[in-house]
Amino acid sequence: MSLLKPRAKAVPGSRGTPPPRTPRQRKRALGLDRGAWFLLLPALIPILLLSVGPLVYAVSLAFTDAQAGRTSPTQFVGLLNFTDLRHDSLFWESFRIGLVWALCVTTLQFLLALGLALLLDQNLRFRWLARTLALVPWAMPEVVVGVMWRLVYHQDAGILNKTLAQLGLIDGQVDWLSSMTLALPAVIVVGVWAGMPQTTVVLLAGLQNVPLELREAAALDGAGAWRRFTTVTWPAIRPVVLAITALNFIWNFNSFGLIYVLTQGGPGGRTRLPSLFAYEEAFKYGQYGYAAAMGLAMIALIAVLLVLFLRRKLKEDAR
Amino acid sequence: MSRTDPAPPVTGPPATRPPARRRLARGAGRAGQYLALLCYLVFLGFPLLWLLSTSLKSPQELGSIDPSWIPRDPSLANFRAAFDAQPLLRSALNSLVVATSAAVIAVAIAVPAAYVMVRHRSRISRAGTVWILVSQMFPFVLVIIPLFLVLRNLHLINQLPGLVIVYVVWNLPFALWMLRGYVRAVPISLEEAAAVDGASRLRTLTSVVLPLLTPGLVATLMFSFVTAWNEFFFALVLLKSPEKQTMSVILTHFIGAEGVADLGPLAAAALLATLPSLLFFALLQRRLVSGMLAGAVKG
Repeated sequence: MSLLKPRAKAVPGSRGTPPPRTPRQRKRALGLDRGAWFLLLPALIPILLLSVGPLVYAVSLAFTDAQAGRTSPTQFVGLLNFTDLRHDSLFWESFRIGLVWALCVTTLQFLLALGLALLLDQNLRFRWLARTLALVPWAMPEVVVGVMWRLVYHQDAGILNKTLAQLGLIDGQVDWLSSMTLALPAVIVVGVWAGMPQTTVVLLAGLQNVPLELREAAALDGAGAWRRFTTVTWPAIRPVVLAITALNFIWNFNSFGLIYVLTQGGPGGRTRLPSLFAYEEAFKYGQYGYAAAMGLAMIALIAVLLVLFLRRKLKEDAR
Repeated sequence: MSRTDPAPPVTGPPATRPPARRRLARGAGRAGQYLALLCYLVFLGFPLLWLLSTSLKSPQELGSIDPSWIPRDPSLANFRAAFDAQPLLRSALNSLVVATSAAVIAVAIAVPAAYVMVRHRSRISRAGTVWILVSQMFPFVLVIIPLFLVLRNLHLINQLPGLVIVYVVWNLPFALWMLRGYVRAVPISLEEAAAVDGASRLRTLTSVVLPLLTPGLVATLMFSFVTAWNEFFFALVLLKSPEKQTMSVILTHFIGAEGVADLGPLAAAALLATLPSLLFFALLQRRLVSGMLAGAVKG
């Protein structure tokens, strides 16, 4: 899996034909001297012990029946957790919800952030205000974002129902977060709100790297705004777009805190993302082995989706 | 990527539109842009204003079905009620201790590592870069289960040091990422001069690179602090007793088991929990963005 990438890369001779190197460079490519190791170790040790180590442990847990408060020793059960998982309709339901959530949030986040980034790239008044506001959601703890939107969505004391009623769009009091149909769209809006700043900043950076001369030249040639965007801006920011949407998708799929505060996965599991499901499995029911298998399945399924997504993009680029 | 498709020649017609019409179109475009910007400001701003408004309202007003934007009888009573209802001060202190230690330790061990990764191209450096990216992809759930079991065996569950350890590792990738950008910006000629003068690597790092790195260090420290202050998931799993919990976790206690919340104190506590991170962001917003982008663009 993706974890193996760095090691696979390090296989000698797999780097293709290297450019000619000076002896000094060759020595560097082969390894580090003692002084460099000394500087690297303080970071390397915690990474290996507390990041790579637990991952390996998690993988091994997924093949055992590890449980909380168990007196008999934990046993190796082979693929049992995974076959159970395959028949666990609740897991598949949560996986489907996770996909819908991640797809919707990522897409909306991207479209809105692109619009905002394009606006902020213009020389508009109040740009500073928008730039500052655009960063605020980023500074807020996700728990606070969740709390805040609960207040907005609140059936009686929330501003959303009041505003919609004033506009004559609804007549009753909608309980957004407890509605079987509306809960998921409602939390998706919150996800978009919370994740927009980061995407905006990254896209804005991409936009500022588009050579001004190119845009000016296109404008002089009489290209309209749309044409300038499709022929000059978009090709230039495409790599940034790909990177940030792929990362956003992963982050969104794995998100936890927002939903935990907003709905705890309810109503009736309608907003239960896979990470909430695995959390409950591990820390409510103590099924460590099963939850670890769930985590692995999440990575594997996401990896497959990403490969499909990126491969299509790469093919497009090759054409 | 953009490299593979050469910039297509712009074949649009030369500008033949009458100037007046064009000016009009441009004016309409401008107006549209301001309108769009306004929509964004409303979308981004209104939940914040609502949070503020709710925190200042009396219980009677919160109970009414006709909420208003401006509190009729604004008071700070909710803030006092929040302190009475939950150990807010204690949890703020916990958050402060945990976030500060995690940020300082993470940056302290990330600086030399980032330096080596930038100045010594090697397989380890490249593996480090890949690890930074890959580490973004793992669901926390997968990492927390083994970490929980290990920390339990070390009797570090429900202990702040246990959470600090987790946050250090969690902060490392991003701290490395930001610092790499800052180290790259240090002119290598200065280091070479120091080396010619016979300074050891450690000495070059401490007396040449570090002083130049100070603004970047501050930005990375603050960012790590904010991430740790805002973090929720690890704190939720690792801290059990209320007097040990951090602010994020304490906030969820304002929402009862049935999802019923005491809205006023909840809003007040939420505002308080955001203050430090908002303050830091206000202080270093510009530097933060440029630092992140330095890492991102030159990847």
